[in-house]
Amino acid sequence: MATSMIFAATEAATSAVSFPLLSMLVVLPGIGALVVMFLPSARVNELVLPIGLLFTAATGALSGWLMLAFDKRQASFQFVSNHEWIRSFGSSWHLGVDGISLWLVVLTGFLFPLALLGPDERHNRKAYTAWILLLEAGVMGVFLSLDLFLFFVMFEVVLVPMYFLIGGWGHGNKTYAATKFFLYTMVGSGLMLVAMVTLAFLARKNIGELTFDITKLADAGLSKDTARWLFLAFAAAFAIKVPVFPLHTWLPDAHTEAPTAGSVILAGVMLKMGTYGLIRFGIYLFPEASSWFGPVMLTLGVIGILYGALTAVVQKDLKRLVAYSSVAHLGFIVLGTYALTTQSLSGSVLQMINHGVSTGALFLLVGWIYERRHTRLIADLKGIQKVAPVMAGMFTIVMLSSIGVPGLNGFVGEFMILVGTFVDHRWWAVVAASGVILAALYLLWAYQRTFHGEPDEANASQIHDLTLRERITIVPFVIVIVIMGVYPKPFLDRIDPSVKALIRHVESKTDRREPAVAANRGAIVAVSNEEEGK
Amino acid sequence: MSLLAQAADGAADTSSALATKLATPKVDWIAISPAVVLIAGALVLIVIASLAKHTKWVRGFSTWFTVGTALTAGAFTFPLWDRVNHARATSVLVDALHVDGFSVFFTVVAVGAVIMATLVLDGYLLREGLEGPEVFVLMLLSASGGVVMASANDLIVLFLGLEILSISLYVLAGSHLRRAESQEAALKYFVLGGFSSAVFLYGIALTYGATGSTNLTEIAKYLTNNIVFSNGLLLAGLSLMLVGLGFKVAAVPFHMWTPDVYQGSPSPVTGFMAAAAKAAGFSALLRVMLTGLATQRLDWQPIVWVLSVASMLLGAVLAVVQTDVKRMLAYSSISHAGFILIGLQAANAAGLSGALVYLFAYAVIVLGTFAVITVVGGRGDAAHSLDDYNGLARRSPFLAVSLTVFLLAQAGIPATSGFISKFGVIRAAADAHSYAIAIIAMLVSVIGAFFYLRVILRMWAGSDDHDESSTANTADAADTADVVAQIRMPIATQLTIAFAFALTIAIGIAPQMLIDFADRALLR
Repeated sequence: MATSMIFAATEAATSAVSFPLLSMLVVLPGIGALVVMFLPSARVNELVLPIGLLFTAATGALSGWLMLAFDKRQASFQFVSNHEWIRSFGSSWHLGVDGISLWLVVLTGFLFPLALLGPDERHNRKAYTAWILLLEAGVMGVFLSLDLFLFFVMFEVVLVPMYFLIGGWGHGNKTYAATKFFLYTMVGSGLMLVAMVTLAFLARKNIGELTFDITKLADAGLSKDTARWLFLAFAAAFAIKVPVFPLHTWLPDAHTEAPTAGSVILAGVMLKMGTYGLIRFGIYLFPEASSWFGPVMLTLGVIGILYGALTAVVQKDLKRLVAYSSVAHLGFIVLGTYALTTQSLSGSVLQMINHGVSTGALFLLVGWIYERRHTRLIADLKGIQKVAPVMAGMFTIVMLSSIGVPGLNGFVGEFMILVGTFVDHRWWAVVAASGVILAALYLLWAYQRTFHGEPDEANASQIHDLTLRERITIVPFVIVIVIMGVYPKPFLDRIDPSVKALIRHVESKTDRREPAVAANRGAIVAVSNEEEGK
Repeated sequence: MSLLAQAADGAADTSSALATKLATPKVDWIAISPAVVLIAGALVLIVIASLAKHTKWVRGFSTWFTVGTALTAGAFTFPLWDRVNHARATSVLVDALHVDGFSVFFTVVAVGAVIMATLVLDGYLLREGLEGPEVFVLMLLSASGGVVMASANDLIVLFLGLEILSISLYVLAGSHLRRAESQEAALKYFVLGGFSSAVFLYGIALTYGATGSTNLTEIAKYLTNNIVFSNGLLLAGLSLMLVGLGFKVAAVPFHMWTPDVYQGSPSPVTGFMAAAAKAAGFSALLRVMLTGLATQRLDWQPIVWVLSVASMLLGAVLAVVQTDVKRMLAYSSISHAGFILIGLQAANAAGLSGALVYLFAYAVIVLGTFAVITVVGGRGDAAHSLDDYNGLARRSPFLAVSLTVFLLAQAGIPATSGFISKFGVIRAAADAHSYAIAIIAMLVSVIGAFFYLRVILRMWAGSDDHDESSTANTADAADTADVVAQIRMPIATQLTIAFAFALTIAIGIAPQMLIDFADRALLR
């Protein structure tokens, strides 16, 4: 395995195109799932975790390599691989990566091995690992697809492993949660399927062929009304996935009942499939409609921020609290997306990564508490800090990042979103800013109740500090949190060109013009631009 | 038997008529070879089996003879396919049959359904202690009826095919002699089926009255050249034919027989019914509507729209409340009929191709599903309640994985053939600007997903308690085998399920070949 990787790496160094890097990112975890499925059942328990880790880590390494090889000056799609798939449907295996998807791919590569390593899942490991690997293949496919049909296939395919992970390895009311998760997403994607086929057929006149290639569909030449209807269908699918406020009710159930790895992946990358979809397909394919529906989406985003935060405050279940905090954070991302300024959009893309890292880590920590104490009720937990100081320390850092304390990653994204939104949509930004304060309220209060004080009998006896395996899992998260908080420039440098290109694309299709203030990245980014000039 | 004699007489009559009239100088045997092989095989089999009754080898022999016959019939489609692709369609027997890509496509489906159902039936008969040969004979005959239906270019011939198909199926439904449900199913199917055939026949008569011909080409010609001002007669004929064929494909509101018959019939027969009978019904529906009555498109499209939406919705909604798996699948098959009707409603090339792909993929899925159900049903073919599926994954991972894929395919999840077929009809609807029906279809498939998932979860979740208790034990694989009685199944059944499984995934991932096949299976 290792030698072939090195060989592949040297080959790619000579010609970046020859090695199908993106296809490998999708295919490798899939191969891993097959390998795991066919492991001999006699030795499956000892073999399955190393093999699962090997494949997820190899995929992670590939995504790391993609990050290094990515050309940050280029705004358009890189590493494109395009092969005809189903000719009659006009669909192809068309993968590509740009600044908007790059970090999501890297995040996926980063999160999966850790999600597999973190929780010690003992029940039917073989199927568990196979599902996680399959899930990774699907998620990679979602972020890399440049073909609507392929995207849809991946978008729906990921439902199946996640459904089984929640239904098979979850807690409590898992059947209900799993089914709700599946059906909610399917309603949205059903509408999207119709919209996408309609788009392809309507665009055929303008393009001259039936195709699902989004780079071609961007010039579909639709009438305003048609585009708005189609946008609504797409937006419905993604809004359910995000989830945007009135459609969010599946999320607390799914997150709470899912096994730890499931929650990490669900919050870490799968929610981003929605926000990513809103940017990649919503804005890119329907710029005029996006800007027309902007105020609605902005309002829903703000409602999500407030609603998620206020609901989180009153939660009795720690995991549910984190789940509702996701609703609030995703509200920020929606807000930044539909403010449609370079700064807010870059902030949104960055915030997707931030949220993935910090909420992923939070779910891991909550999962570990549950593994020890077999309860997630805040009322039952007390004084953990005394018995598990390292866990408390890690929890503090992760929590502060989630709150958005300067110096940690959460701050950068939220700040950019708020500033970028403020230029054009002042009041939305003002109201949204209160969400930051509420986040501090619910997280700090929860921390205080669970970690501070004297541990009672049950907590003192059952809770022990992080094991070595758990420490190995959580440290990468903390490192990333600090790096992204202190020095976000490498991240933003790669995000920016693509975001700028997208905003220009919107401007070319509508009479919307970005205020000059927002076009230059403002405070933080101005500093990094100066550095660039040196 | 009397029916056979009639059919044989009819064939003799036609050929002698041909000889005198010289409309076509000789019978094009190659063109009608699949149907001929199927009928001949059935006749030979019943003769051999009745001479050698009560010997042990009869059942095994019948199985392989049936498979052999079906394979031979299938082999004859190759030269035919070559021919219909390179030349114009062949019209045989005084234009009574049109052998074109369309009919070859359905011949392949019918023959495939015979083979798969036969392989499952073999184990079923052994388990149930039933005799056998007549079941295979009836199945071959029924398939020949389906082939005739798919190629019929004359409404009378179409009716003959329909009757050959149906009467065989009535008997097949009642072929489990010791189960009262099976007898009940047969009677119900027969009474309602006979009634719908009569309605269909009346529809033919009225259409003949309106157009002066029963030949579809002639009808089309007449309707193109003449504008029918008072078209009451034609409309009545058209609607009655829709009713008759709607019954065969189990479209709402002509679906009442489906749940009882699906539930009562022997499980492999139900699979055959859902695959072949539905395909044959649709072949007739598509041919009549898209060739003979193509000009009346604006009349029948709204009717088909309503049938389609009603079938999708009612099938899915009623499937949700079922506790019997076979009944649930009966309602789901009604729902699928609604989906296929979308293709007809679109009435364009994409719709035809989409409907064909759907029928092919659905036939494979449903045969696989009922093969699994046959095994799970156990001796007596009775264990079909949802509870019987609890923890299936523990009793037989192979069955559980296969059924999961089949059900996910029926729910239309990507990477299975179900998604490709669903996409095909949605594409046709979008092409024809029927957006409403496309949206309804997608929302209905969510309801569908709900009841498929319910079965899936029962299969997998039932195994939880056991596995959790055994996790302490490292060798849990070994003691699972001790505690749980593994389900055993005949190798032929295993093969069928594995084949259906492989095909379902293969079509889901690389469907281009099937789509090409369907695209070239044109009506001519």
